[in-house]
Amino acid sequence: MAPAVEFRSVARTFGTVRAVDGVSLSVEPGEFFAMLGPSGSGKTTCLRLIAGFELPDEGHVLLDGRDVSSVPPYERNVNTVFQDYALFPHMTVLENVAYGPRMRGVKSDDRTAAAREMLNLVKLHGFEDRRPAQLSGGQKQRVALARALINHPKVLLLDEPLGALDLKLREEMQIELRSLQRRIGITFIYVTHDQGEALSMSDRVAVFNAGRIEQMASARELYTKPRTTFVARFVGGANVAEGEVAARLAGSPQPFAIRAESVHVLAPGEPVAPGLVSAEGTVLDVQFHGATSRWQVRLDAGDVFSATRGTGDSSNVPSAAGERVRLAWPRASMVMLEA
Amino acid sequence: MNARTLSTFFYRRPTFYLLLLLAPPLLWLGTAYLGTLFALLTQSIYSIDEFTAQIVRTPTLATYRQLFTQPANLDIVLRTLTMAICVTIAAAFIAFPIANYMVRYASPATRAAFYVAILVPMWASYLVKVYAWRLILAKEGILNWMFEAAGAEGVLAAILQIPGIGGPSLASSYIGMFIVFVYMWLPYMILPIAAALERVPASLLQASADLGARPRQTLRSVVLPLVTPGLAAGSVFTFSLTLGDYIIPSIVGAPGYFIGMMVYQQQGTAGNIPLAAAFSVVPIVLIGVYLALVKRLGAFDAM
Repeated sequence: MAPAVEFRSVARTFGTVRAVDGVSLSVEPGEFFAMLGPSGSGKTTCLRLIAGFELPDEGHVLLDGRDVSSVPPYERNVNTVFQDYALFPHMTVLENVAYGPRMRGVKSDDRTAAAREMLNLVKLHGFEDRRPAQLSGGQKQRVALARALINHPKVLLLDEPLGALDLKLREEMQIELRSLQRRIGITFIYVTHDQGEALSMSDRVAVFNAGRIEQMASARELYTKPRTTFVARFVGGANVAEGEVAARLAGSPQPFAIRAESVHVLAPGEPVAPGLVSAEGTVLDVQFHGATSRWQVRLDAGDVFSATRGTGDSSNVPSAAGERVRLAWPRASMVMLEA
Repeated sequence: MNARTLSTFFYRRPTFYLLLLLAPPLLWLGTAYLGTLFALLTQSIYSIDEFTAQIVRTPTLATYRQLFTQPANLDIVLRTLTMAICVTIAAAFIAFPIANYMVRYASPATRAAFYVAILVPMWASYLVKVYAWRLILAKEGILNWMFEAAGAEGVLAAILQIPGIGGPSLASSYIGMFIVFVYMWLPYMILPIAAALERVPASLLQASADLGARPRQTLRSVVLPLVTPGLAAGSVFTFSLTLGDYIIPSIVGAPGYFIGMMVYQQQGTAGNIPLAAAFSVVPIVLIGVYLALVKRLGAFDAM
């Protein structure tokens, strides 16, 4: 079976900026695929290349095995949920949802029935005659989803769809989107800058940086085995040491990552078990998060490292700003990164 | 009472304060605009004594009867109305592509250049522009010369032979007058349409294409409905400006009278103020009808 979406060395330049710089990827049918990266990393441009709002300067974009590099959006079997929802303000909810079928010339009764069914699917029964302006953010989100899904696209593109929602609603929608995707089995391509969102929802994640993919892997692998310093910092929020600092801490200039929860906090001069790497430093701040607390420590070697400890087992550890502490972590927990 | 207690006094009585601030502009609006309009409307229900040429200040519909029963007067109304409709439609068709290009496709520098190109001619003297057009359209003018240079004088001759709107030259035909009207009011159509287009987010157009609409379908189903308020605003300008203008028809075009010329003549040379007033009520009513029509078509729903 051909991949749902395939990029072959795709590049897109705006002026002098290479927004997408030689990206190759392939997304399997039925996959929940996330494109994760900071703003300006090229992830949204990639999404727009799939939708057809942008055309590649170099390389090829394939949908379902067909080269669509120069096919306009209205001839592609993909649909988009826009960041600002892009609902038509002069149409009712029902008319918005029925828009795709109407453009394809589906009869009025049939498309109305289909639109009602879609509104039921996204739990918006009873909202048919409202205008978008009369809906909350979460409801607009659902209308946008229904409007896209009614066309039975091969691939659904979601551009930061939950960005404008508050935290609680976001978490609900994450679960809902995931279960919806499992139920209908359509390929989802999900653009986000929120690594938590990407990791919790997706089968696979592509991490973008400066127009390139740094790493493409399952959420678990990205978290446990980041390949580059960028991925380690951006995805895991891990402590990363490179160059001279790495050499001073671990004896080799090869960069490494160590997760905050693998770092122990000890009193200065406390004996360190064999097999642990240790370094002394000064407490900058301790943040209390309920079950855990997070130490920010400026190491004498130079970098700021964080360490997460359970609130129960850290009562006798130095925790005032300016106090000296010793951080220690198992050498086996260190992830060696590409230089 | 010192300043502090005075400000407290006003702060505790916001309505009174608001009224105090609004009184001068409201007075101005009330007397200078509505007052004079009311005075005008009052004049139209008076009549003129045929022998003494004095205004008879008793309410009567005689003036309106005169306006609507004399075929010559009715002709003037119809001629003006037809011209206003044609000018409005033509201006809309020319303005939309220009506005769309400015808003959607032009680079910021090009867009600024377009705004300058649209606004600068509006600063030039109205009379100078009309006389310039008279020269352009004259038999010895540059337009005629260009047709000849292109070997297409036959085309021009054929156009000028169209009965009703043709004439001996463009400068003395309704076609010429139409061209000048469209030229004059085009900016008033472009600017509101451009403003309306700027309020349509690009993502709506992309969403439409994404959902399978071809560009033509997007134009009809998304762009036009959302731009209609701008189109309506622009058309009110072109429509009412054409209905009321008396200079262009008296400098360019065929000798037939227009409403504006009639108002000018009746209140000036003829001294028939009631008839002049009745004539100037016509555009007001027509624009009122037009607005009601546009509203019924749902032009303001998207506002």
